[in-house]
Amino acid sequence: MEYAVIFLPLFGAIFGYLSKYISDLTSQITTTFFVCVTAAISIILFYNGVINNDYGNYLIYEWISSGDFVVNWSVNIDPLSSIMLVVVTLISALVHIYSIGYMKHDPNKPRFMSYLSLFTFSMIVLVVSDNFLQLFFGWEGVGLCSYLLIGFWYKKDSANKAAIKAFIVNRVGDFGFALGIFLIFMFFGTVNYSEVFEITPKFSSETINFLGFNINLITLICLFLFIGAMGKSAQFFLHTWLPDAMEGPTPVSALIHAATMVTAGVFLVVRCSPIFEYSQIALNFVAIIGMLTAFFAASVALVQNDIKRIIAYSTCSQLGYMFFATGVGAYNVAIFHLFTHAFFKALLFLGSGSVIHSLKEEQDIRKMGGIWRQMPYTWIAMIVGTLALTGFPFLSGYYSKDAIIEFAYLKGTNIGYFAAGIGIVTALMTAMYSWRLIFKTFHGKFNNLDLSKFEIKDSGILIIFPLVILILGSIFSGIFFKELLIGHHYNDFWQSSILILKSIDHSNVPYWILFITPLLVTLAIPISYYLYIINNKILEKIKIKNQLIYKFLLNKWYIDEIYDFTFVRPSQIIGSFLWKSGDIKTIDRFGPDGISKIVKTLSKKTTKFQSGYIYDYAFVMLIGLSLLLTIFIFYK
Amino acid sequence: MNFPILSSITFLPLIGAFFVFLTRSEKTEKNNGAIYISIFTSFLNFFISLFLWYSFDTKTSEFQFVEEIDWISGFIKFKFGIDGISILFILLTTLIVPIAIISCINSVKLRIKEFLIALLVLETFMIGVFCSLDLVVFYLFFEAGLIPMFLIIGIWGGPKKVYSAFKFFLFTLLGSVLMLVAIIAIYWITGTTDVTEIYQIKIPHEFQYLLWLAFFSSFAVKLPMWPVHTWLPDAHVEAPTPGSVILAAILLKMAGYGFLRFSIGLFPIASDYFTPLIFALSVIAVVYTSLVALMQDDMKKLIAYSSVAHMGFVTIGIFTFNKQGIEGSILQMISHGLISAALFLSVGILYDRTHSRLIKSYGGIVNILPKYSLFFMVFALATLGLPGTSGFVGEFLVLVGTFKVNFLVAVLASIGVILAAAYILWLYKRVIFGKLENPQLKKINDVNYLETSMLTVLCVMILLFGFYPDPLLETIKVSVDNLISNYNLEINNKLTLK
Repeated sequence: MEYAVIFLPLFGAIFGYLSKYISDLTSQITTTFFVCVTAAISIILFYNGVINNDYGNYLIYEWISSGDFVVNWSVNIDPLSSIMLVVVTLISALVHIYSIGYMKHDPNKPRFMSYLSLFTFSMIVLVVSDNFLQLFFGWEGVGLCSYLLIGFWYKKDSANKAAIKAFIVNRVGDFGFALGIFLIFMFFGTVNYSEVFEITPKFSSETINFLGFNINLITLICLFLFIGAMGKSAQFFLHTWLPDAMEGPTPVSALIHAATMVTAGVFLVVRCSPIFEYSQIALNFVAIIGMLTAFFAASVALVQNDIKRIIAYSTCSQLGYMFFATGVGAYNVAIFHLFTHAFFKALLFLGSGSVIHSLKEEQDIRKMGGIWRQMPYTWIAMIVGTLALTGFPFLSGYYSKDAIIEFAYLKGTNIGYFAAGIGIVTALMTAMYSWRLIFKTFHGKFNNLDLSKFEIKDSGILIIFPLVILILGSIFSGIFFKELLIGHHYNDFWQSSILILKSIDHSNVPYWILFITPLLVTLAIPISYYLYIINNKILEKIKIKNQLIYKFLLNKWYIDEIYDFTFVRPSQIIGSFLWKSGDIKTIDRFGPDGISKIVKTLSKKTTKFQSGYIYDYAFVMLIGLSLLLTIFIFYK
Repeated sequence: MNFPILSSITFLPLIGAFFVFLTRSEKTEKNNGAIYISIFTSFLNFFISLFLWYSFDTKTSEFQFVEEIDWISGFIKFKFGIDGISILFILLTTLIVPIAIISCINSVKLRIKEFLIALLVLETFMIGVFCSLDLVVFYLFFEAGLIPMFLIIGIWGGPKKVYSAFKFFLFTLLGSVLMLVAIIAIYWITGTTDVTEIYQIKIPHEFQYLLWLAFFSSFAVKLPMWPVHTWLPDAHVEAPTPGSVILAAILLKMAGYGFLRFSIGLFPIASDYFTPLIFALSVIAVVYTSLVALMQDDMKKLIAYSSVAHMGFVTIGIFTFNKQGIEGSILQMISHGLISAALFLSVGILYDRTHSRLIKSYGGIVNILPKYSLFFMVFALATLGLPGTSGFVGEFLVLVGTFKVNFLVAVLASIGVILAAAYILWLYKRVIFGKLENPQLKKINDVNYLETSMLTVLCVMILLFGFYPDPLLETIKVSVDNLISNYNLEINNKLTLK
C-alpha cells in the first residue's frame, strides 16, 4: 500500500497521456481515478499512523552508489510525511475533478491531466523521501511540472515567459539547496535524514572557513537549505516568479501555487528541524525573511487588480507566516497552518477560477462586480474562503494563524515580539485586501462592458463539488485537528519527526493577544465595505495624495525591475561581449585566424622575391654577400 | 590465445567500409546497398560489444581481453586491452555510430557511399583509441580520427565548410604534435611505449611536468577547454548532422578518456601540480561558454557552446581525484554523449525539413510537431541536469566530489547549472512554443518512424541511466578505485621523499 501511494499517480500520468489516442474522457477518468485512490490510501495511512502508530520506511531500490555516496529510492512514512500526503493527495484529487469541468473547452485535456498527475507523483516523491537527494529529485520534479503547467497555454508569450522565469528563479534557490546537500555530505558523510540528524549535535560548534569567512557549519548548512526553501516557497528576494505564475490555468494555481508545491519550502525547514534547532542565527534569518515576506506581499496585494494575482500575493504572505512560525521554533504550528491554508487557499483559487470561467476569462476585478446573485455557490465558497483566510473566529484560519502569532509572542525574544507585531498588522492588511476582492468582485455595480449580466451563470457540478468539500475543510480542519497537531500533547502525534529543543509554554496566553486579531479582522469587514462599496471617493483621494506609495506598491516594490537591471540584462550583455569580443575578436583573431594571416602575408612577401628579373636576384645576392662579409669581419 | 574480440570490434567497421566501397552508385543517387551494409556492420559491432560487456569481469582492475602482437619488433607492440572505463566508451561508440548512420538517410544527399565509408573508418579509429594500450598505437588512432572528420566537414559541410575544416584541423594538429614529441621522450626515458609497463616503471618526477603539458595541449584542444574551444562551434555549424553527432558524442570524449588513462595514470605528480590550472580553465569554460550560449542565434552553435560547458564539468571532476568526482565525470561523459547526440539529431531533423538553423526562423513548432516537441523537451531537460535524467547523476556526483576538494570551484561551477537552465529553456521557448508564424513551417511533417526510433533509443537510455545508473557505476567501480589508489600511492611516495 505504501508503494501504491508513489506509483499510482505515475501510472495515472503515463496512462492518462497515452489514452489521448482513445479519447479525452478516458484520460480524464484514468488520471482522476488513480489520484482519488491515492488520496484514499493516504487518508488510511494517516489514520493508521495516528491510531495504531503504524509508521515505517520502505525501500524501493538503490539509486546511486559511488564510493561512500549511497542513495536509495524509498517510501518513508512518518507523522510529518503522512499529514503532508493527506494534504497533497486530497487537494490534488479535488483539483483533478475540478479540472474536468474547468478545461471542458480546451483541446489539450489529456496533456493537462497527465501533467497534473505527474506533479502529484513528484510531490509525493518529495514528501516521502528519506534522504536529501530523493527530496531534491521531487523538488526539481515539481519545479518541472510547474514550468510545464504555467506554460500550458504555449501560444501565449506571457505564459512562456512566466514559465521560464519560474523555473530559473527556482534554479537559483536549488543552487543553494544543492550546496547545502554537498556540505552535508562532505561533513556528515551521508545524505540520509536519520543518520544526518543523529550526528548533527556533534557538529553544533564546528566552524569552517567558507570563502574566507569563519562560519558555524550548522548555520551555513541551514542557510543554504533555506535558500532552496525561499525559491520554492516564493519568499522575499526569490518571490518574483509566483505572481507571474498565475498565467497558468487556475486549477494549477490552486494545486501547485497555493496548496502544495509552494509549501515544500516550509516542509523542508520543518523536516530539517533537527538541524535548524542547532543554529539560532539561521532560525532568526528564517523568521526575518518570513516576516518581511508576509508584510511585503500583503502590502502589494492591497492595490493589485488581477483577481488571481491578489490571491497569489496572499499565498506568498501566508507562506511568510509559516516561515516565521518555524523561525521561532513552532514547527508544528507551521505545518498546522500549512494544512488549513491548503484548504482555504485552494478554495479561494478554485472559486476565483469559477468566476473567471463564468466571465469568459476576465481576471480584472475592476471589470466585475454585483454578480453574487448570479453565482450563489461560488459566492458562498469565496466568502467562506475569505473568512477562513482572514482568521474569522472558529474557522480554520483562526486557529492556525492566531496560534502562530501567539507562539511568536510567547517565544519571549525580541524577534518573537517583533514577529507577533508584524503578524497582527499583516492580519489586518490580509482582511482588507481579501474583502476588497470580495466586494469588488461580487458586490456593487456590474462593470463589465463586454458581457451582459444575465449571461453569467454559476458553474456546473464538477466545479461546485470540489468547492463544497473544500468549504467543509476550510470550516472544520482547524477545530478538528487543533488538539492533535498543536495541543498540549502534540508530541504524541509528531514523535521524532520534528525536533523542538525548547518547547514554548502555551498555557498562559495574555488575553489581549487572544482577542486583538479576531477583533481587527472582524472590524475590517464593515470598514472595507464602507471603503470599497459605499464611499469609494475616500480611497481615490488617498490614492492621489500618496501617488508615490501607490505606484511603489502597484509595481511590487520594483523588485522585478531591479532584477532585470542587475541580473538579466548584464548576463545577456556579458554573453554577447564574451562571444563577439572574447571568442571572435581575441581568441580567433590571435589564434587560428591570426596565424593563417601571418603565414599568408609572409608568403605573399616572399613571392615578391621571385620576380624573374636577373638584376633582382643579383641585387639580393649582393646584399646577402655583403651582410655575410660584415658579420664575418666583425666576429672574427 | 583467445578469440581476438577487441581487434574484431575495432576492425569490423573497416571491413564493412571495404564492402561499401565495392558498391556502385552515382554521385546523387540513393545507394541502398551501401546503407544496408553499413547499418548491418555497425549493428553487428554493437551486439559484439554488448557481448563484450556481458563477459567483462567487473571485479578486477587488470586489463582484460589483452591482445599483443609485435609490430615493429623490439620497438612497438600492437597492444590492445580494456578496463572498466574503456568498455563504456566502446559501448557508447558502437551505440552512437549506427544512429549516426541511420540519420544519414535523411541528412546526406550527395556521395552517400563515400560518407558511409568515412563514418565506418572513423568508427574503427575511435574504438582503437579506447582499446590501445600502447602509446604509439594510441597516437596513431587518435590522430587518424582527424582525417575522416576533416573530410566529413570539408566535403559535406555547409557554406563555410573549408574555413571550419581547416580551423578544426589546425587546432587539433597543433596540440597533437607536442603529444608526439612527448611520446618519443617517454620512449627514451623508459625504454618502452607499453602503457602497462610504464605504469610499473614510473616516470621520474622531473620529467613529468613537461610531458604532462605536452599531453595536456593535445587533450585540451580536443576536449575542448577554454580558450582553445573556438573551433568547436564552427565545426558543428558546418558539419552535417551525422558528423555533429559523432563529433559531440564521441570525439570529444577521447580527450576526457586521455586525461584519465594517460595524464593521471602516467603523470600523477604533475597532474596534482597542475590541478589549479585545470580548475581555473574549466570554471571559466563553464561560466563563460554558458553565457555565450545564452546569446547564440544559431541552434547548433548554442548546443556546441553548451557542450564546452558540460565538458568543463568533466575536467573538474577528473582532477578532484576522488571517487565521486571521477565516477561523476565518466558518467557525465557517457550521458553527454547520449544527450548531445540527441540534441544534434533533433536540430538535424528540423534542418532537413526547413534548411535553417536560425532560432528566429522557428517558433510554434509544437502546434505541428507534437511528438518531436516531446522528445526535444526530454533532451532539453537532460541538458539542464534535471534529476531523473542521466545528466543529473554525472553533474551532481562531480559537484559532490569537487565540493570536498575546493569550495569555490564547486560554487562557481554550480552557477553554470543555473545558466544551463536559462539558455536551454529559452531556446526551447523560442523554437517550440509560441504561435506558428513562419508560413514555411506549416507544411512540415512530424517525425517519421525512422527518426522516432532513433530518438526513442536515446530518450530511453537518458531516462534509464537517470533512474538507474547502477550498471554504469558498477562497471567502472573497480577501475576507478585502482586509478585513485595508484594516484594516492604516488603522491604519498613523493611526500615521504621530501
